[in-house]
Amino acid sequence: MAHGPATLSDGLGKYISRWVFTTNHKDIGTLYLWFSFAMFILGGAFAMVIRAELFQPGMQLIKPEFFNQMTTMHGLVMVFGAIMPAFVGLANWLIPMMIGAPDMALPRMNNLSFWILPFAFSILVSTLFMEGGGPNFGWTFYAPLSTTYAPDTVNYFIFGVHIMGASSIMGSINIIATVMNMRAPGMTYMKMPLFVWTWVITAFLLVAVMPVLAGAVTMMLMDINFGTSFFDAAGGGDPVLFQHVFWFFGHPEVYIIILPAFGVVSQIIPTFSRKPLFGYSSMVYATAAIAFLSFVVWAHHMFTVGMPIAGELYFMYATMLIAVPTGVKVFNWITTMYKGSLTFETPMLFSIAFVILFTFGGFTGMMLSIAAADMQYHDTYFVVAHFHYVMVAGAVFSGTAAVYYWLPKWCGKMYDETMGKVQFWIAFIGFNIAFMPQHFLGLAGMPRRYADYGLQFADWNMVSSIGAFMYGGAQILFLYNVIRTIGWGKPTDDPKVWEGAEGLEWTVPTPAPYHTFATPPEVK
Amino acid sequence: MLKRAKALFLGLLSPAVALVMAGNVSAESATRQLNMPQGVTEVSQAAYDIHMIMMWICTVIGIAVFGFMFYVMYAHRKSRGAVAANFHENHVVELIWTIVPALILIVMAIPATDALLKVYDTENADIDIKVTGYQWKWQYEYIGEGVKYMSELRTSQDEIYGRAPRSEHYLREVTEPLVIPTGKKVRFLITGNDVIHSWWVPDFGVKRDAVPGLFTAAWAKTDQPGVYVGECTELCGLGHAFMPVVVEVKEEAEYNEWLAGKKAEAAEYASTIGKEWSFDELMVRGEDVYNRSCAACHQADGNGIPGVFPALKDSPIALGAKEGHIAVLIDGVAGTSMQSFADQLSEVDIAAVVHYERNAWGNDVGDVTQPIDVLNYKQGQ
Repeated sequence: MAHGPATLSDGLGKYISRWVFTTNHKDIGTLYLWFSFAMFILGGAFAMVIRAELFQPGMQLIKPEFFNQMTTMHGLVMVFGAIMPAFVGLANWLIPMMIGAPDMALPRMNNLSFWILPFAFSILVSTLFMEGGGPNFGWTFYAPLSTTYAPDTVNYFIFGVHIMGASSIMGSINIIATVMNMRAPGMTYMKMPLFVWTWVITAFLLVAVMPVLAGAVTMMLMDINFGTSFFDAAGGGDPVLFQHVFWFFGHPEVYIIILPAFGVVSQIIPTFSRKPLFGYSSMVYATAAIAFLSFVVWAHHMFTVGMPIAGELYFMYATMLIAVPTGVKVFNWITTMYKGSLTFETPMLFSIAFVILFTFGGFTGMMLSIAAADMQYHDTYFVVAHFHYVMVAGAVFSGTAAVYYWLPKWCGKMYDETMGKVQFWIAFIGFNIAFMPQHFLGLAGMPRRYADYGLQFADWNMVSSIGAFMYGGAQILFLYNVIRTIGWGKPTDDPKVWEGAEGLEWTVPTPAPYHTFATPPEVK
Repeated sequence: MLKRAKALFLGLLSPAVALVMAGNVSAESATRQLNMPQGVTEVSQAAYDIHMIMMWICTVIGIAVFGFMFYVMYAHRKSRGAVAANFHENHVVELIWTIVPALILIVMAIPATDALLKVYDTENADIDIKVTGYQWKWQYEYIGEGVKYMSELRTSQDEIYGRAPRSEHYLREVTEPLVIPTGKKVRFLITGNDVIHSWWVPDFGVKRDAVPGLFTAAWAKTDQPGVYVGECTELCGLGHAFMPVVVEVKEEAEYNEWLAGKKAEAAEYASTIGKEWSFDELMVRGEDVYNRSCAACHQADGNGIPGVFPALKDSPIALGAKEGHIAVLIDGVAGTSMQSFADQLSEVDIAAVVHYERNAWGNDVGDVTQPIDVLNYKQGQ
């Protein structure tokens, strides 16, 4: 085995160099996870500002101009800074350990793909302190609000998006190369843990659509600085073109976020059911089907833009189809639990909440797919509620579950089960208080991205804000739990950690040594 | 406060009951509305019906799926001595739960298609109204009638910033609503002037994006007179929340009377454009126009927002030649968010606001800008 990693006792310089120059998949995974948590707190702080302003009608704390910057930055930071890097971090830590590989296939690129991220977000966040303020056109940055009518700082935003796109593409190539080339002998594709499968499919999605996003922002850059008119009707362009290009990226993007979450839950539920995952192969096919469908449904985000009816009908039918493979997944998870021997440790609680709340978000998604009804839902708080049910209760809950589940393996210490459960219940209740009323607000007619609203929406907004603060508080508790575990948790050296855990990552010692599977394991 | 808290508590207790019962909503119960409005047109009714069908289907599936899940969580827990089985696939079951949802979807697609066909049935309209989204107001033009006007938020900045008590119509009132008659099929041709807006009237089931360079069509026909309030539903900048849509549906006779009045107003205005205005008259009118149309960006004190919207106080344009100042308002400034106001403000209003900007906040050019100056500039173009 090679020399161990530098620790603080080797001197601060060496310790910093270790993290800056590391090519170890576990170190890079850790960096990704901490970075994403920092971004999660930052994006959460933006959300708290939004909810505080919306606590009551009228403008109390901030001006509409800053409110728009907050909604935009909240979306961008959460999607690109918190959720995506969190799952890349999990992939870094787990994929080599799950397929019996010593490291990622391209370790130096791995280092680069992480280390450009902090620069991307520094650039993005720094705009808040510049003259003109940060991006204020929504995370979907529709032209021409994001081109002709944007503050000059939009150029920093474009540069930041380019860098984070490059980071995502590199990370994806790395995952694809690792899984294709570095599986242990006997680890056939159909034996790979589902987390690995969902990530391979996600990586292909990323490689396919990140360049499309880069194309969209490049066209914006040209429109703003070089006199082109891609999105300017006055010059012969078309603002709707922007939306088609954006959502051709944007719809696969939401599956990029949720597919690895499916993978995590598919690892955790069998463990605490003490029973193998039901319908493994149909899970793989369903994931592939969802990924395929994600490319052909993008314009369901644009039902009100005035498409011809044939287009509306096609996108409506195609979108409804997504319910089929998604349903298969939900049924498989529940059947995995059926006739199992269930226990409800914190990761399991978060996973069950994931299944329930994600399915709820799926139901509202199905309602949104009906174009005639979407004319009423579109761009209201109903949509906000829908995508927070699938993004927060989906991606964030599963990410939290993953941390509690694998943290003992990573650091060889056990988290405090009671504190974990306390965090779960605060998060679960807070989440529902925050977002359930937003369904009512949306149906009653409150549009999203509103800095202020009429008195008829006052009650539910106040409830929603209280829930949001509660959910925010749960994240501080989460941070405390993780730090407490790493620092003072009860040491454990049980390689399996969980009674029902299966898979190669549970065959290595606990805590996982710096280098694992220097000799590939034999998979039967 | 106590009353509201009680209402809130009741609302929290009974969302499911209320969801079903909150179908028809009057102004008083609007604070507790939980469900989509049924509205007053065929389209809004169709949207409501399909919404309810979907909701019930989801509710039934949800009860079945979650019911089974909770049963499993109760019955098969280790603490009750459950021993794990070891099965992991069953092709028949898997096939069933792929095919049955697919069939349900096909059944759902039929009413969904029907409803959408209604939404798109914009042919054979009796009245055509062009709706244009501006930052941050709506312009309504009765095509072929020569009637065109702006509809802006009437709620004062003082109310928004809490310096004055909020009325019950807070953010739901405009200077002049759109007026349409009962019993006529009205077609809305919707477009945008600057950025994308979206024109939404929930009670009509009408929501269409107002995209610059593109017309989208929607329609409404109702027999119920009344005032219907909607919103802008596409992020359009800092005034996004402050450009409500208000539509007043009048009986046909009343509508015709109103339309005749608007036509007379337009004729009268045309005859007074040559009138000579005094310095103070223009200041008063100019301040009003400025606060409605300019202050959102350039701020009420004329200081703008550094880096985004330039200050007008001490600005070389406001202190320079009158023609240059008028030109900025008529032509806009290419490549920036300063748009042309030629179609948004009348000649009198443009003259007044130019005059105001040249003589307010310490700007002291001292000259007087008359409507005729604006008209001359427009005609000289």
